[in-house]
Amino acid sequence: MDEGTKYFLQLLISGLAVGSLYALVALGFVLIYKATNILNFAHGEVMMIGGLVCYLLLTAFSIPFIWATLITLVFALFFGFLTERVILRPMIGQPIFAVVMITIGLSIFLRSLSGIVFGHHNKIFPSPFSETPINFKGLVLSHTHIWIMIISALLVLMLALFFKYSRTGLSMRGVANDQDTAMLMGISVKRVFALTWGLAFAIAAVAGIFLSNVMVLNIGLSLVAIKAFPAVILGGLESVPGAIIGGLTIGVLETIVGGYLDDMMPGAKELTAFVVLFLVLMVRPYGLFGKSEIERV
Amino acid sequence: MLRVNNIQVVYNDVILVLKGISLEISEKGKVALLGANGAGKTTTLKSISGIIRSQNGELEEGDIEFLGESIGQKDPDEIVRKGISMVPEGRRIFDDLTVAENLVIGAHIRTDRSCIKEDMDRVLTYFPHLKIREKQRSLFLSGGEQQMLAIGRGLMCRPRLLMLDEPSLGLAPMVVKEIFGILERINREQGTATLLVEQNARIALHFAEYGYIMESGKVVLDGPAARLMENDDVKEFYLGVTKDDQKKSYSEVKHYKRRKRWLS
Repeated sequence: MDEGTKYFLQLLISGLAVGSLYALVALGFVLIYKATNILNFAHGEVMMIGGLVCYLLLTAFSIPFIWATLITLVFALFFGFLTERVILRPMIGQPIFAVVMITIGLSIFLRSLSGIVFGHHNKIFPSPFSETPINFKGLVLSHTHIWIMIISALLVLMLALFFKYSRTGLSMRGVANDQDTAMLMGISVKRVFALTWGLAFAIAAVAGIFLSNVMVLNIGLSLVAIKAFPAVILGGLESVPGAIIGGLTIGVLETIVGGYLDDMMPGAKELTAFVVLFLVLMVRPYGLFGKSEIERV
Repeated sequence: MLRVNNIQVVYNDVILVLKGISLEISEKGKVALLGANGAGKTTTLKSISGIIRSQNGELEEGDIEFLGESIGQKDPDEIVRKGISMVPEGRRIFDDLTVAENLVIGAHIRTDRSCIKEDMDRVLTYFPHLKIREKQRSLFLSGGEQQMLAIGRGLMCRPRLLMLDEPSLGLAPMVVKEIFGILERINREQGTATLLVEQNARIALHFAEYGYIMESGKVVLDGPAARLMENDDVKEFYLGVTKDDQKKSYSEVKHYKRRKRWLS
């Protein structure tokens, strides 16, 4: 294997690792959008809070990583229920635009609140993963990134099975497809909404915990959600497979562009996702797997 | 079994849609609800199934009683649990889901997994067309098959009362005939009471035992189906039977408009 191919493969693998994180973030957006038609702009803040809560459990209470993660997940689940109950349920029947504005308000509120509670300084997340990277025939990948890929794939698989075979999963798909008719089937739409928010928040927390492992943990972590946004648009706002593929594509493209162009054009990496977003919006405004009639928000 | 008692329904707090509707369905009965567009037939069904409130409507006065229990203010999912199933207008199947999944979701309120499979097989014996398409996405079904799927889905919760909102909508006469044949069989074999809303008065009155005719939010005429079919007004305005076969002049069209306000 010559140096050029090796470099490319290295970029590809790193890109896939980054992409699976984007996919995880995108998945949270898509779940909520699909079921409720709301684009949750507070998603990034929920990720950040997931990371912060896990950090707190690890450092202040010295709980083992596995348990800290599980507690964070349960916390995020109930946080999702609470958000739905307190903020979104009273908004049922209001214009979508108003609801989306509320999520923007919620994002600002949560960011400030986290600043007050956890402080604005940078925190070092005590990573449970080994520091020494894995070396496979010259291709290097950190333990963290491998775990990110494994856990993301597992989560996606579990979600797919949940939606395909479980009664609750089926009722969630029904609500996403046609709310009024779902009610006629005896499905409690309120319950399904609460579950959707809980589930999406839990997924956001997983993404947040992983992000804290690879990034500096501070209030700025929430901005990753904005970076995952092109992935959501690329895949289509209401497609779960689209979120995965969109996330991986953006991750790979970003890393490859960064690897080849960053020397000549510093910042090209950061730009890639948004160039893709721009192109997708021009050619297929509803994304690769989205429905052509999307709700304007 | 179902008694709708003088209900008054308002949309958006101002638009009065139902101005005191009363109707009754006995155990295993077949009742048809007829009327022109905008008469309030669909609103009546939505009030019974409880989804009226999610569409900005409200039951202001009167009450709906099912098996001796007031259900007027209950949530739709509770009402389904009580045994009322509604097949909505325009089929409204879940087109992202397969045919089999549509049937399973119809049984959402039930937890007895093994019996659901049994019921699915039974529904598929009524609608053999669906059997061959079980694993397909329901978006690709024909209109008739979609209507059959919607009815089948409505049966999966083992309802005591099945409400159908215009099952003949947009279907060929042959298919309509087939569907009504199956509804007849379901009523006979399962003992499911049926409340039918229809534009096609002829087929509805042939199917039903009793009929109500609605006009602008009121019941203007009711009686056994056989007697309604003999009624001159029904004959003229709903069955299209006229005594003279001369072409009508404009003045008689106006006469139609005038005459159509039966009792109000």
